[in-house]
Amino acid sequence: MPEIFRTQLMVVLPETLLAVFAMAVVLLDLVIRKKSVLAGISIAGAAAVFYSLFYTQGFAFNHMFVADGYGIFFKFIFLVSLVLAVLLSNKYLSVEGVNHGEYYGLMLFATVGMMVMASASDLITVYLGLELMSLSVYVLAGFIRHSARSSEAALKYFMLGAFASAFLLLGISLTYGLTGTTSIGGVASYLQLHGLAKNPVLILATILYVVAFGFKIAAVPFHMWAPDVYEGAPTPITAFMSVGPKAAGFAVIGRVLLVALGSMSFEWSTLLIVLSILSMAAGNILAIAQTNIKRMLAYSSIAHAGYALLGVIAFSPEGLASMMNYLLIYAFMNIGAFTVVTILRTEGMKAEELSDYEGLSKTHPLLAALMLIFMFSLTGIPPTAGFIGKFYLFTAAIKAGYTWLTVVAVLMSAISAYFYLRVVMYMYMKEPAKQLEMAKSYGARFALLLTGLAVLVIGILPAGLIDMARAAIIDFGS
Amino acid sequence: MVTVNWFIWLSLTLFMIGVFGFLTRRSIIMMFLSIEVMLNAVNLSLVSFSYFLNDLRGHILVFFIVAVAAAEAAIGLAILIALFRNRQTAQVDQITEMKG
Repeated sequence: MPEIFRTQLMVVLPETLLAVFAMAVVLLDLVIRKKSVLAGISIAGAAAVFYSLFYTQGFAFNHMFVADGYGIFFKFIFLVSLVLAVLLSNKYLSVEGVNHGEYYGLMLFATVGMMVMASASDLITVYLGLELMSLSVYVLAGFIRHSARSSEAALKYFMLGAFASAFLLLGISLTYGLTGTTSIGGVASYLQLHGLAKNPVLILATILYVVAFGFKIAAVPFHMWAPDVYEGAPTPITAFMSVGPKAAGFAVIGRVLLVALGSMSFEWSTLLIVLSILSMAAGNILAIAQTNIKRMLAYSSIAHAGYALLGVIAFSPEGLASMMNYLLIYAFMNIGAFTVVTILRTEGMKAEELSDYEGLSKTHPLLAALMLIFMFSLTGIPPTAGFIGKFYLFTAAIKAGYTWLTVVAVLMSAISAYFYLRVVMYMYMKEPAKQLEMAKSYGARFALLLTGLAVLVIGILPAGLIDMARAAIIDFGS
Repeated sequence: MVTVNWFIWLSLTLFMIGVFGFLTRRSIIMMFLSIEVMLNAVNLSLVSFSYFLNDLRGHILVFFIVAVAAAEAAIGLAILIALFRNRQTAQVDQITEMKG
């Protein structure tokens, strides 16, 4: 085997494999009538990619791409959200009348983009991964072509996403002009060597990065697109993009802010503290006023971005590990909640209003119990995974000296109990008003089982996951 | 003597024109155009940095940006057409199905 295979192409094996699967799905769509087969191929692809992750290590392509533990942990999060979202999709798409094969291909391409972002060790790679992810997700958000709401969601997401990526590019350009390199490690060592921490151009570039990544993780004040897009997009895609692109945004924040601009930590952490407080406050308070459950979960996801930012602000290995841990837990609990919303969508019933959940415990006790677990977990009540995630985040923030910020975060999660537990109240303390049916989808039921189990198991036995996250970042930034 | 600063000021001015256009225009097509102006402003700054640094990375990134911007325009116009079929409008103030 030629040298280049072993040293270079093996490192990008997972991305290559997933891209091949994505193209195969798009081509097979022409000959396969039964679209659930394509969903099966996508899940098989994700499994193969997961297996191949263990064979990747080191740099490739002149240090533009790196496969380290940090990247691999994030890729695991992306694959989890991909598999869960694919499991939800088949039945939902036939209910909406848009069961086309490109859907799965686009989802795989979006995941490839996220994986490239998580492994980027050069700003050019960051940009390319970000665009591959975003362009696929824009189309997916508008996938229900005959629905005005879906198209509107896609357009809003697209306009603001493109606007934000122009800011990212300006930031990259200024960094490049100042340091003469786009490599993340190169920028870091140049800034350290020349002590440019107070340079105004660099401060401008830092602000531009924070704006661009703030858009991707939907942090306030760059969150305006999120509620509309989450409400209008197909529910499985809402589940997917509330986790995948958000985690990918955090992965890039870790690479660019923590490593490349590590010497600017005072500047960006000041900005991120403002973003974090605003996100937690606006997300949790605005969620109270919502009557549409997808919109409520959108505001909740804004608030969760605020919590996860605490791990970045702490600027310590402990903070980084707890942020990664939180994002994985968030993937399970949030997609779990969206699975319940998806499974109640049937031919005759949209089931997106909160009032539709009245008396769910009487008609579907098991589904209501699972929704209860997800809502508890999103609030952060033990023994669910959400509590563990917040516990490690807050510990890391306190250890880094941000006690007051942690107090704010705890207060905000107390507010969040109001609207999460309101769903529980509707389900358990009201009489059923409408007869809701569960969609007959084995995929969605399996996803429900997986997410429910994961939330409980991580909640009761948390040590394994946080140890995994800690082990993953040992070689981070080297 | 033309220094790199001239190009950077030109590029930043163009970028701000793009930002201003995006924020003030109400027609989606004009907003697309404003985004293109912003991207090309960045391209200009990258090329001039690249030229003055005697380094090829900036040129490479410009090629990527041009390619991605083409894909972006295709997808954006496709989304706009899908929306236009549903709503018969291309003005952002009239796209208010969801708010709150």
